[in-house]
Amino acid sequence: MKLMTCPVNGARPVSEFVCWGERRAMPDPAACTDAQWADYVFNRNGAPGTKTEWWCHTPSNTWFLAQRDTEADRVLRTWLHNGDEA
Amino acid sequence: MPLRLLKFAVSKKHPEPRMFTAHTKLKASYDVVIIGGGGHGLAAAYYLARDHGITNVCVLEKGYIGGGNTGRNTTIIRSNYLTPEGVQFYDASVKLWQDLSTEFDLNLFFSTRGHYTLAHTDSAMRTMRWRAEVNKHYGIESEVVGPEHVKRASPQIDLACGGHAPILGALFHAPGAVARHDAVAWGYGRGADQRGVEIHQQTAVKGIETKGGKVTGVHTSRGFIATNKVLCAVAGSTPRITEMLDLRTPIQIHPLQAMVSEPMKPWLDPILVSGSLHIYVSQSARGELVMGASLDPYEVQSTRSTLDFVEGLSAHLLDMFPFLSHAKVVRQWAGMADMTPDFAPIMGKTPVEGFYLDAGWGTWGFKATPVSGKTMAHTVVHDAPHPLITGFSLERFGRYELTGEKGAASVGH
Repeated sequence: MKLMTCPVNGARPVSEFVCWGERRAMPDPAACTDAQWADYVFNRNGAPGTKTEWWCHTPSNTWFLAQRDTEADRVLRTWLHNGDEA
Repeated sequence: MPLRLLKFAVSKKHPEPRMFTAHTKLKASYDVVIIGGGGHGLAAAYYLARDHGITNVCVLEKGYIGGGNTGRNTTIIRSNYLTPEGVQFYDASVKLWQDLSTEFDLNLFFSTRGHYTLAHTDSAMRTMRWRAEVNKHYGIESEVVGPEHVKRASPQIDLACGGHAPILGALFHAPGAVARHDAVAWGYGRGADQRGVEIHQQTAVKGIETKGGKVTGVHTSRGFIATNKVLCAVAGSTPRITEMLDLRTPIQIHPLQAMVSEPMKPWLDPILVSGSLHIYVSQSARGELVMGASLDPYEVQSTRSTLDFVEGLSAHLLDMFPFLSHAKVVRQWAGMADMTPDFAPIMGKTPVEGFYLDAGWGTWGFKATPVSGKTMAHTVVHDAPHPLITGFSLERFGRYELTGEKGAASVGH
């Protein structure tokens, strides 16, 4: 069983977690063009690499950030938005 | 000893031609370079040569022919989709499939079985009705049937599915079929090869050269090739190629796993799919049960498989067929599915002139092999999308005009 470390609950089975995708900067909807907004809505970086992603530990509804190598599927670090690590 | 075998033993030269010509050198330039020697890439090469007389074509394959998703899918062929664009496109594909064995003079084990998408809930029944009506409108054999129809076709099934997911009905699609997937790549490859197309295996693309927004060549692990037209047909590796051109796409890669059981005597004739139980199953010509489930839940760009998958899929399979509790799983594997937000492919031209994309094939690529080859060959030759694929352009996302095919994904992905 693959484990993931929740910054609040510690190591838990990965099946308890949901990945919400790479952390990305949202353009200002009032100032950006339609093309920029469509790019934000639809386009993603699908190439392999070390990415910072939003994850949620669903039983406790803990949202946190994880740095993960998406090719080896190895989680390098997890932390809360305020910077607290497990 | 058969005379033919004796000929092999005594002949100094190989008495029969090899299936493929082994090319030792890349040429300095080609009219068209196709990246990816899977079914889609080889089919495009085949139709470029056969229908358009363009034979100065090179297919670059990083691994070996058909070693990617062409050899990793569960070989189901059907056209009972949801959108008018999808239904017409996949119907054209099914019609091409039916003649391929004859055309290639190669037995593809194409076998029409009938395809049931099982519905366990009222909302699923509603979607089946919707799909059946769209399908019938376009002249495709597709109808909603009751549980007794399913039982007749597959007497071993437990219609109550262990009591927690009773089968209320199904969408029945008579033309649903399976085929030997490797042979599809070999058939298209040999046909292209015989017409003069060069297939270079073990040749990786390292970069794509452009000048003023136009493609001028391809850097490979074996040197540079000059060309003005590049067709990218690499499924799960698409983002690695588009990244070379700074081309942004909505494609995300999720592994899709599958497994097969030990061989058994033939007992399962139709193809059965259940969205609620996350399962699809058919019996191959070898007698193995070929089984798949839904996508892995998060992005991974590798083809590793997991025990979780086997456990989950087996549990659901036993709901449908309790007598299989003694059957053994003999192989499991994964492919990299290039998913799009609307579950329709991305085909056609791109903002980079001369760079054509045949991607976004997620979990629905194998059945589209013939028609994607044919329409992409047309698109490359005319530098304009074939009429069947205008709904699948990369531009659709910029216009917020999605081709919502999600309701037709048989399994909940």
